[in-house]
Amino acid sequence: MAHLLEAKNITKRFGGLTAVDDVSFYVDEGEVVAFVGDNGAGKSTLIKIISGVHKPDIGEIFLDGEKIHIGSPIDAINYGIETIYQDLALAENMDVPSNIFLGRESTKKIFGVVPVVNHEHMMRESHKVLDRLDIDIPSLKSNIRNLSGGQRQAVAISRSIYWKARVLIMDEPTAALGIAEQKKVLELVSSLRTQGIAIIIISHQMYDVFSVADRIIVMRRGIKAGERLVKNTTSEEIVSLIVGAESVEKRSQ
Amino acid sequence: MHADSVNKTSSLQERLGRNWIAIFIVLLVVLFSVSARAFFSVDTAQLIFFNGTEVFLLAIAELFVIITGGIDLSVGFVMGFSTVVSSKLIVMFAGMGLSPLASILAGSIVMMIIGLLPGLVNGWLVAYLRVPAFIATFSMLGVTHGISELMTQGIPTKNLPSLAGIIGNGSFLYIAPNGALSFFARPQVARGQTVIAILPNMVVFAFAFILLFAFILGKMKFGRHLYAIGGNIDAAIRSGINVKRDLIKAYVISSFFATLAGLSYVMKYITGKPDAGANMLLEAIAAVVIGGASMAGGSGTVGRTILGALVIAILETGLRIIGMQTFMTYILVGAILILAVIIDQVFPNRNR
Repeated sequence: MAHLLEAKNITKRFGGLTAVDDVSFYVDEGEVVAFVGDNGAGKSTLIKIISGVHKPDIGEIFLDGEKIHIGSPIDAINYGIETIYQDLALAENMDVPSNIFLGRESTKKIFGVVPVVNHEHMMRESHKVLDRLDIDIPSLKSNIRNLSGGQRQAVAISRSIYWKARVLIMDEPTAALGIAEQKKVLELVSSLRTQGIAIIIISHQMYDVFSVADRIIVMRRGIKAGERLVKNTTSEEIVSLIVGAESVEKRSQ
Repeated sequence: MHADSVNKTSSLQERLGRNWIAIFIVLLVVLFSVSARAFFSVDTAQLIFFNGTEVFLLAIAELFVIITGGIDLSVGFVMGFSTVVSSKLIVMFAGMGLSPLASILAGSIVMMIIGLLPGLVNGWLVAYLRVPAFIATFSMLGVTHGISELMTQGIPTKNLPSLAGIIGNGSFLYIAPNGALSFFARPQVARGQTVIAILPNMVVFAFAFILLFAFILGKMKFGRHLYAIGGNIDAAIRSGINVKRDLIKAYVISSFFATLAGLSYVMKYITGKPDAGANMLLEAIAAVVIGGASMAGGSGTVGRTILGALVIAILETGLRIIGMQTFMTYILVGAILILAVIIDQVFPNRNR
């Protein structure tokens, strides 16, 4: 069976710099793949290619085995590939339903012709998706500004899920959170996996990676330096792959 | 189940912070009523709204742009531009042999279309060329002022049909002493008898548009998108909102309302002059901020902005009634504006 999302031989150059050099990877339904690597290793560039921000110079992307062209972030969203960046892209001055439905507000007609925003429907649907993901936010009418970092992350994730994300890309999802909140977000990632969503996580936190990921892909200076199943590896091995010790050893063999 | 009512137990302090503006209006009314016996009456209330028509309209003009995180410094001189162009158009149409009513209607409607142009240019500069709103609209202030001066050469427009003044200073409904109702036209009554006038025409005119746009801002998708743009423009772009188009619309609505303020002025004072709205920028911005909007964008409602404008309108008319110089209004409006910002910082989130 074809992989849900597969990228083959992706290369991206910025001027003389090769940010991503002939990298291939895949992710399946209900699988969490973590990308790790030092700053400038090419993780973010690779992710931005999948989410439509950058176009690859070489390489192909397949969804359910069919080749797709991702020309813009909107294309990616239309293919069900949603990206949650570190800044979360939430309107902090608005409430939870307004953010889940941002730009895609549901409407109802009054007097049969005039479309007005249907707050009740948006509130109901927001409750549904939050309940489904087991997220507890005391009042959905609070503005995002008054929510904690973890709750904001949860709102951003809910928005992606509500709009039928099949592949969810998360850039450093726990970076700005306290310990308890980090745990909640990781639990949420696990629960998304059981719902069949393919998840790609970029993280610096070795603990996060080992607690939620099924597979780890190590990037170093634009190339894929290694790929390990979490159950067959240790954080020592991953760290040595990140800094390059392991592959130097392999090359010399 | 989720509890949406968790935050309802707000303290007295928070409630005061949220509603200080309503309390302030009550205080103002009490103060003026004590100072001048005649103040507390239906007539004065109508006079406040009548005198304040332009402030209400300009405040709404400013609100739509401030919500997006911008500012429109051109509203006062777009209003002046509107008084000059519309009055000249009306005089021209009358000169072409049109009836007074037809001239006034044609001049006003043509002006409403011309009045979209300054906003179109402002919005295009801000949305597409990324000119800061402050610079784009400041330049438009100069351009509209200059064009108006060129057109008038220092002489305010004259010779408007007297019907303009009758409409501008008339009321929607009159009640004669014998209880007879008449619309738009003041009935002839015996000397010494008073006719009760209800709803000045210009107030009806202004609030018809204000209510329509309150609906658009509060209930329609476009309104939600303006708040989103003011709250986080990157999030708005990434969520697929057509930010550029919506920004242009906000600036066009702003100059449309400034144009309406100009039309109201022409009807009331039967003249047009470039500086008709010159002193009103302060009042327009103050009304929006007193109404609780943040200059950073993303907040503010039509209802609260009208309350903010009402504070200014009450001050203006009240000070006149108790015999103070109108310059006092500027000082007080400036002071209340500062007060509003300070109260906002003491009680954050008072618009939730």
